[in-house]
Amino acid sequence: MYSQGLNGPAEKNTDDSPEQLAAFQKRIDAEEKIEPRDWMPSGYRKTLIRQISQHAHSEVVGQLPEGNWVTRAPTLKRKLILLAKIQDEAGHGLYLYSAAETLGVSREQMIDDLLSGKAKYSSIFNYPTLTWADMGAIGWLVDGAAIMNQVPLCRCSYGPYSRAMIRVCKEESFHQRQGYEVMLKMANGSPEQRRMAQDALNRFWWPALMMFGPSDKDSIHSAQSMKWKIKRFSNDDLRQKFIDATVPQAHYLGLEIPDPELKFNEETGHWDHGEINWDEFYQVIAGNGPCNRERLAARRRAHEAGAWVREAVLASQQKHKQPREVA
Amino acid sequence: MADMPLWEVFIRNQNGLHHKHVGSLHAADEKMALQNARDVYTRRKEGVSIWVVESRHVHASDPQDKAVWFEPADDKIYRHPTFYDLPDEVKNI
Repeated sequence: MYSQGLNGPAEKNTDDSPEQLAAFQKRIDAEEKIEPRDWMPSGYRKTLIRQISQHAHSEVVGQLPEGNWVTRAPTLKRKLILLAKIQDEAGHGLYLYSAAETLGVSREQMIDDLLSGKAKYSSIFNYPTLTWADMGAIGWLVDGAAIMNQVPLCRCSYGPYSRAMIRVCKEESFHQRQGYEVMLKMANGSPEQRRMAQDALNRFWWPALMMFGPSDKDSIHSAQSMKWKIKRFSNDDLRQKFIDATVPQAHYLGLEIPDPELKFNEETGHWDHGEINWDEFYQVIAGNGPCNRERLAARRRAHEAGAWVREAVLASQQKHKQPREVA
Repeated sequence: MADMPLWEVFIRNQNGLHHKHVGSLHAADEKMALQNARDVYTRRKEGVSIWVVESRHVHASDPQDKAVWFEPADDKIYRHPTFYDLPDEVKNI
C-alpha cells in the first residue's frame, strides 16, 4: 500500500569520505541503479532500510482493516476478491522485506522493530473499517493514493526497491479498480447503501490525503532523498495529482467530497482544497489514532501465536536433514 | 528465534525462456521454499517452473572488482560484427 517512511529525515552519512560521496552522487546523477553489493553512503543505506521496512510494515498491517470484513463480505465473489487482495498485501510485504534485507538488516530485526513500536507504518491503517463500504473506499482512495506514491518509486535509484515496486504497482491496479467497483455498486444501490458509500468517503477522504505526508512547507527533510533519487516528487505535488484524479471519480459516483473549500481553479487547472487537520495527522503518527493500539496488539498476538509453527518447521527440517547426511 | 535460511527464487515464465531471478524468501527447507515461492511470486500465472537456491550457495563477483573483470571487453570492438567495413554492394552478409 504505501510507505510513510518516505517522509522521515534522510539519515546522516558517517565515516564516508567526500571523494566517495561525490563518486556515488555522480552515479546517481547519471541515473545508474545502485545494487546491493555496490558501495553506498551509510546515510543512503540507513535511509533506505528505514523507508523500505516501514513500507513493508504498512503492507502487513494494512491487511488488518480489511481482514475485519472477510467473514462478512456480502457475497462469495466479494469474499474471494477481498481474500485475493489481502493475500497480495502479504506478498507486497514480503517483496519489500526481501528488498530491505539486501541492505544488511535481518527480517527478525525488522519484525522486532514493528512489534516493539520502534518502527512506524502508514497512519491510514489506524482508522477503523466500520461498514462494507469502507472496503470500497480503501481500495479506491487508499490504494489510489498508494499508486500515486509508488509509481515514482519504480524509478528509485536502489535496484531491489525499484524492482519490488514494479511488481507491487502491477498488482495494485486491481486493488483500486475493485474498490471503485464496490463504490459504484453501493452508490447506485438502495438509499441505505448510498448513505454508507458517502459515509465511507467522508471518513476516508482526509486520512487518504494525509498519506502523502506533511505539507512541503513543513517537510524540510526531502532534499537529501530527492538528491539520492529515492524520492522524486514532493508530498504536495503527489497529493495534488491524487486530488485532481480522484475528484472527477467521486463526481461520477454522485458522491460529495467532504471539503467545502474544494474548488476547481481555472487558472492552474487544479482542484484547490481546504486545509488538512495536521493535528490529527501528528496524533495518529504519535500512536494516538483510533486503532493504533489494536493494530499492534493484533500483530503481536499473531507473532506469538505463530511461534510454535516456526519452531515446528525448523525442528522438522532438522529431523529430516540428518538421515540424508548420514546416507 | 533466528531467521530461517534465505533462498533465491528463479521463475521460468514460459517454456522456451530462461529461468529468471525474481527475488528471495525465507524457508526452513527446499519444499517450503518452493511452496512459498509459488504463493509469493506466481499468483498471476507468472510461471510454469520454479527453481529455488539457498542464497549461501550463490557465489558472486565483487562490484569493487568490476573494472578488472569487465573492462578487458571494452577495447575489443572487433568482436562485434559492426566493426567490419564491407561495401554496400555485397549482400546477405
